[in-house]
Formats: sequence, structure tokens, C-alpha cells
Amino acid sequence: MSDTIATASPNGAPKVSPITEAVIRIAGNSQDGIQAIGGFLARLAGRSAQEVMTFMTIPSTISGGPSIFQVRIGSGEVLSAGDEADVLLAFYQHSYEDHIGSLKKNGIVLFDSDHVQPRPEWQSAYHHVGVPISSLTVEAIGGTAKDKGKNIYALGLVARMFDLNVPRLEKLVAERFTGKDPSVVKNALAAFHAGYAYSLGNVLETFRFVDSASRGGQQVVMNGNEALGYGLIAAGVRFGAGYPITPWSDVMELLRRELPKYGGTFVQCEDEIAAISMALGASYAGRVAVTGSSGPGISLKMEALGWAVMAEMPLVIVDVQRGGPSTGMPTRVEQSDLNIACFGGHGDSPRVVLAPASVEDCFYTAIEAVNLARQYSVPVIILTDQGVATRIEAFLEPDLEKVCQDISPDFAPVPDHKPYDLSAPDGVTHHIPPGTRIESGKYPVVTGLEHDELGHPTGAPKLHLQMNAKRRKKLQALAVGLRTPKIYGPPEGNVLLVGWGSTQGPIREAVDRARAGGDSVSALHLRHLCPLPPGLENIFSGFNRVFVVEMNDEGLYGYGQLAAILRARYCDAKIQGLNKTDGLTWKVKEILDRVRAALAAGRGQR
Amino acid sequence: MPPAIERKPLTKKEVAADHPTWCPGCGDFSVLALYFKLIEKRKMWHEKITTIAGIGCSSRFPYFVQAHGVHFIHGRALPFATGISLSRPDLHVFVFGGDGDAFSIGGNHFNHAARKNVKLTYVVMDNWVYGLTKKQTSPTSPLGFKSKTDQWGAVDYPINPMKQAIAAGATFVARTTSSNPNHVLQTMEAAMDHDGFGFVECLSECVEFYEGAFDAANPRKGGVFREVPKDHDPADELAAYRLAGAEFPGYFGIFYRAGKPTKNAKEAGINQAAMDKVRGLKDWQILQKNFERMK
Repeated sequence: MSDTIATASPNGAPKVSPITEAVIRIAGNSQDGIQAIGGFLARLAGRSAQEVMTFMTIPSTISGGPSIFQVRIGSGEVLSAGDEADVLLAFYQHSYEDHIGSLKKNGIVLFDSDHVQPRPEWQSAYHHVGVPISSLTVEAIGGTAKDKGKNIYALGLVARMFDLNVPRLEKLVAERFTGKDPSVVKNALAAFHAGYAYSLGNVLETFRFVDSASRGGQQVVMNGNEALGYGLIAAGVRFGAGYPITPWSDVMELLRRELPKYGGTFVQCEDEIAAISMALGASYAGRVAVTGSSGPGISLKMEALGWAVMAEMPLVIVDVQRGGPSTGMPTRVEQSDLNIACFGGHGDSPRVVLAPASVEDCFYTAIEAVNLARQYSVPVIILTDQGVATRIEAFLEPDLEKVCQDISPDFAPVPDHKPYDLSAPDGVTHHIPPGTRIESGKYPVVTGLEHDELGHPTGAPKLHLQMNAKRRKKLQALAVGLRTPKIYGPPEGNVLLVGWGSTQGPIREAVDRARAGGDSVSALHLRHLCPLPPGLENIFSGFNRVFVVEMNDEGLYGYGQLAAILRARYCDAKIQGLNKTDGLTWKVKEILDRVRAALAAGRGQR
Repeated sequence: MPPAIERKPLTKKEVAADHPTWCPGCGDFSVLALYFKLIEKRKMWHEKITTIAGIGCSSRFPYFVQAHGVHFIHGRALPFATGISLSRPDLHVFVFGGDGDAFSIGGNHFNHAARKNVKLTYVVMDNWVYGLTKKQTSPTSPLGFKSKTDQWGAVDYPINPMKQAIAAGATFVARTTSSNPNHVLQTMEAAMDHDGFGFVECLSECVEFYEGAFDAANPRKGGVFREVPKDHDPADELAAYRLAGAEFPGYFGIFYRAGKPTKNAKEAGINQAAMDKVRGLKDWQILQKNFERMK
């Protein structure tokens, strides 16, 4: 971890210390543009072949309210946004008081002395650096700007403190304001340079990141919602329909803006039900479409999801999870939609559920979802969450020429067609899109009623049995083809931490930290949640304890949602849950503390 | 695809599929027969027609038509059909349903499909009662109608489909009755030829649960079939609204017709402008441009 930071040099003279990583927390109000500072830092790291991960909170109020952006930059691997900050940049008294606790001991608090009155009792524990950021910004860019631009001024201060690459930052700032009045770019750069030129006289030490090894290509920097949206486009999706809801809205806004360039369309619908219905209509028309939402909207889509299972219509459904139930905590993270994703709806309705583990994985999971939906004629749910949706990561640029696929429908006439052919291997059948001529003159009906092989309604007991089996078997066949996930750490040992979705980073970092301390801990991360990949029972058998780390409640019977599924599936009593629902992503220390407590309590011991 | 000239118009035999499950005497038979006739008359081919429906007696429609068809969930046939219409300008998209589907569970979709002016033809077979579930009050049941859910007679004011369609911004609003086959055919044809959301309310008697509901509109039952007055201007929204307010049996024909650009055309325009800016680039190259900005 970043132990090298903030060890004051003994002689009191400023010096430049090499560091491998730093965690910077910026705290202010949501309209101050603190996300922009974090974004610049993250993007700069990406361009410098560094790893980066961010974490942000935004208030669910319409405008204003306290907000933070934390960015962790590393020359080596960065798995989480960091438990404690090395530097806290505080714009207001509340930012200072609320977040000083997240600063590590002897960390640097850089505060706007126009707004923050430092507390004497904290002076010895943290290194305080006051800069009249607000007034100096006004001085730098003129009287009317007031609060505008102080974020860029602060970026200049940070750039100075960390000896960041100034030409690259200037370019990023200029790019950000491209298309606006040239005076905006000029002002921003003036604020940046003023901040950079400010003498950090009482900072005892400045820092320089050691160069990181080349990553074998250029990096792109984006958040999970962007990666997901672009992944869908790369996968060939050209139609989508949705209804605004936080935090899914970003994905629909991106698709609405981008799809027309490819001849595609995204429709903002009157409601969630219309959205999934319209997407299903477009899928039926020949090209798998997407809809999406967050918790409450997903609940509304369930009847139509059941239709997609029954009618065997491919569809991609994105669920950017947030705190629930009901309106819950719209801007907070939670993984409590696993049950509705796997089991939501009425009747026996097998579907596919995938959960990307990182921002990069959002891109590739979108493509996998499209391909599975098409291959198995089934709805596929992608479970992301507010954490991965809004955090920024740098990842190796995909080879788009190779990755992008054309999934245009084929309208070549066919001699005959049974949409629900019971003799199809593994029960896998595919629809032919309207526009296709069928020479036998027998045309299919695609339906939500139980049906015969041509899609005509039936109440025959035998057919319902056969069709239920067909819909089940194809997903069993899919499961057989999945790869058993790799274990992070040794394949046998004392403790196995099982996670899914966006928690992969902090769990792996917990494993690293525990192993560095001599503990026997490994991790298993599941991306395929329904159906589960094969071979998990063998993995579990290699460990004394299995803890499923999830951001959801322990439930009525004491296990989280994935833990309950795994216990039901493998009947293994050593599978236990480590759960939380505070609306925040897991901290590494939190995971380790919880594991220690569970071990001490003897949970899951045979 | 073989050239269309080689193909003969489809006969009823070629477009009829399952025998309808409707009760003998149901008004829906007439609408189905006239749909077949429309397909024959306008030389539409199996593969170019999509017949979409939600849930209800009349929504069984797609099973009886030998063409690509979809039986979707209750009330949501319009958004489903919108997905087809916006993706596939080469298809004729027909949606059939009943009054419960259109004005109750799917009421909001009706308003929005109308205001968006999606290119499709929507025929609502209105029988003023829930038939499939055996005689409950429908949103068009008149006051006082005795049903299993209103044993003492319906108390809620009924929806006036014509008024609602006009108010919602539908660009083609017409009314017909299954007891007048020629008029049904002519109205469906005009709706199909309309470039936009073509809405037809077709009174269609439920002989089982609301026998005689539309006798007043049927000359063979002593009623009067009154066409929209010759001097009515379908472009006049207020006049159309006044026609819609006439006492039952009211008028039959085209109440309202407006030539507004469709959503299909507007989206195509947006796409054309967007594609012009990336002309000559392959899809992956367009995406690459976004990725360059994220480096």
C-alpha cells in the first residue's frame, strides 16, 4: 500500500519522494466539479500507463449536497479505490470534518482556507496545508467566476504536489472544454497554472510516481456504464428501449446519442414495461435488442421477461443495481437484485444472469450477453451496480476491429420452420425473423401461451412437460460449456472468499493482504450466476471455510443471496455469508475484519 | 426473394391458420375474414405481414392467420409492435386487440403510441365487455351494464375511444362495426394506407356476454348505420371531437386524419444526419473514434 506517502522528511526541506501509488480523496459539493478533477486524474493515469480506480458518492438531491470523488492511482496493480486516503482535498468545513476520518495517519489534508477552519485537535495527527483556493481562483481568472474554476485551480495544486505531467493535463483540460467558448479553455488553463504555480511552501514533501511498466498497448479510461454501452454497440446491438432511472440512465443516454451513427435507434418509452416490450419487438424483428433499468424498473419488467423465456426470444436486460427495496437508496451501491435476476417472475422461467467484475469486464460481458442470448434464444440479464457503473478505471484498449461483430438478420427463404422444434439438440432452437419466406406456407406464431412446435396453443400435459424440459435443457447445455472460474491464490487452503460482480477488486486485495500476513486465504469470483459454471463443488472441497462476500442482507435464514443459492445448489454447510448493506463498496480492511470475526466465532466450521 | 409479379394474391385458404376459438356468432369472425380479404386485395405476402396481439378473445387473432405472428402479454402489443415497426420499414405491422387490452391495462401505451405517431395499423375489436374471463366490466362498458364485477350495473364512466385517440394525438382515427363488412374492409384499408398511427375502433359483438349491445347500429336488427357526414372535414380536430361525442350508435367512418411526420421518419432523419458525419467508416471505426477520446 502507499506507505511511502507523508513520511515527513527530517530536515524539513521539501523533497521529492518516489511513490508507487496514491489515494486522493476530493470532498466538496456536487456542483463544484470535483468529479471533473477526479476524471482528469484518472484519465492522466490511463495515459501514463498507470492503473487507476475511482470511487464516488453523489447525493440523490437534484442539485447540490456533499459529494466526494476518490481516485487511487498506482504504478502497479490497483484492485480497489483504497481504504484510506493519502491526501484529502477539502473544499468546505463539512468536507473537512466528515472526511478527515478517511485520511490515514500523518496524511495530508489540503484545504480551502477561505472556507475551512482547521481544528486544533487534529493538527498533530494530520499534516494540514491551507490554501485560499476560492480567492486565488478569483484572482487568477477574474471576478465573476466566483466558485467556477476552483476545481481546476485545485487540480493545479495536486499536479504540483505529485509532480504530474503538465502538458498531458493541459491537453486533457483543453479537450474537456473543446467546443465551448475559447475563453472557457483560457480561463481553465489560467486557473490550472495559478494552482500549479502556488508555492506549497509548508508541504514538507512532494511526490513522483515511479514509471510503470508498459501495458502492451494504449489504455482507455471510462466508467462501467460507458464500457457497458460501448460493449453493446460492439456486440452489434442496434436497438434499445428504456425509461430513465438512476443509475441506469447513463447507459440509455449513451445509446440514444451513439446508436444513430450506426443506423440504430434507442427509444425513451412511456414506462418500463413498454421499454422491455419494445425491445422484445425489435429482437423479434431479427436483431437482439437491449433494455435496462435499476431495481424498481426491473421489478416492472418481470412479466415480459417471463414472456421472453416462454417465447424463447433473445434479449439483453441490464440491471444497474442500487440500494433497495422500493426507491431505496438510488445513488448507493448494493447487490440485492440477484434473486430477482435469477428467479424473478412467475412460473418456471430459466434465464441467464451475468455479472461483470470490473469496468473492463462490463465491455466484454455486454458482448458475451448478446452472444449467449442469440445462441440459446433466451433473455440474458447483466447485473452491474452503482459502484462499477460510476467508477472510472483504465484498461487496455480492445482491438475493436476484431471485437466488433455484425449480427444483421438473415432473411433467406427456408423450406420449413418449427419455432419450437422438440427434436432440436439440447432443446436449442432459433426464430426466423419476419420477412423470411417459408416455402411450406406454414408460418410460426411466437407466443407466451404454452405451445406446440409450431407455436400454436396447447393445454396438453405432455407438451407442457416437454417444453419446460426444452427451456431448461438448453441452459443446462450452456452451463456445461462454461469454464470453471480460476481461483485467485492457491487452490487449497483454510478460507475461500467467494464474490460476484463489482467486488472482485477489494476481495482480491484482501486476499493479497491476508496472504502477506501469513494467512491461508484464496478467492473465487463468479461472473456466471445463472446457470452456475461447473466444478465449483471441487473448489469448495479444497477449503475449510467458504465465505460469500456480498453487498446484500443476510436474509431471514442468515445467508446472503448468492450464499443461499450456493448452499441450495451444493448442500455444503460450510458456505457462509459475509454481508453488508451500508450502501458503500467493500473496503479491504472491512472484509478482513469480518473474516477474522467469522473465524473467531467459528462460523461454517465443520 | 422472387419478384412479386410471379406471385398470385393469397387466397383465404392460404392465409387461414387455426380455426378460430371464438364462439359462434362472435363479431370477430367478420374482422378476421376481412383481414384475409385485405391481404388478398392488396397483394400482401405472408412473410411481409406481422400480426401482433396482446391478451383477450380478439387477441387470439394471430393464431388464425397464416403469417408471421406474435401473441404477446396483456396490454403491451403496441410497444412490441413499435419495436418491429421502427426496426423494419419493409413490414406491414398490424395490431389486433380488444377494449380491455387497449384502454385498460394497455391504456398508457395507446396514448403514447398515438402521440409518437408510430407507423402501424391498430384495430380494436370493442365489445364493451371482458369475454375471455367471462363477463366482467370493461373500460367501455356503458353505465348500468350488469356484469359479474358490477352485479348492480356498471358505475364507472366509460372511455370514449374516439375522443381518447384524438386527444392523445393519433393521426388516423376511424370507427366501424363488424356488422357492416364492406365498411370494415374499407376502413382497415384506409388505416393501412395512412402513413402513421392508424387506429380503428371496430364494434364487435360478444354474443355470449353482451348480446345485442350494438343492435342500434345494425339495420338488420332495426338499428341505424350512420356514416360520417359527407361534409365532415377529417382534418378538423374539433369537428372530429364533436362527432365522437354523438349519442350511441353515433357515426361510422374516418373521424380524424392528420398528415404529421411519423416517428419512423423522424428517427430515420436523425440517423441519416448522424451517419452522414461518419460516412465511409466501418462500425468499428466509428466506435474507435469514441475510444480515442477516452485515452
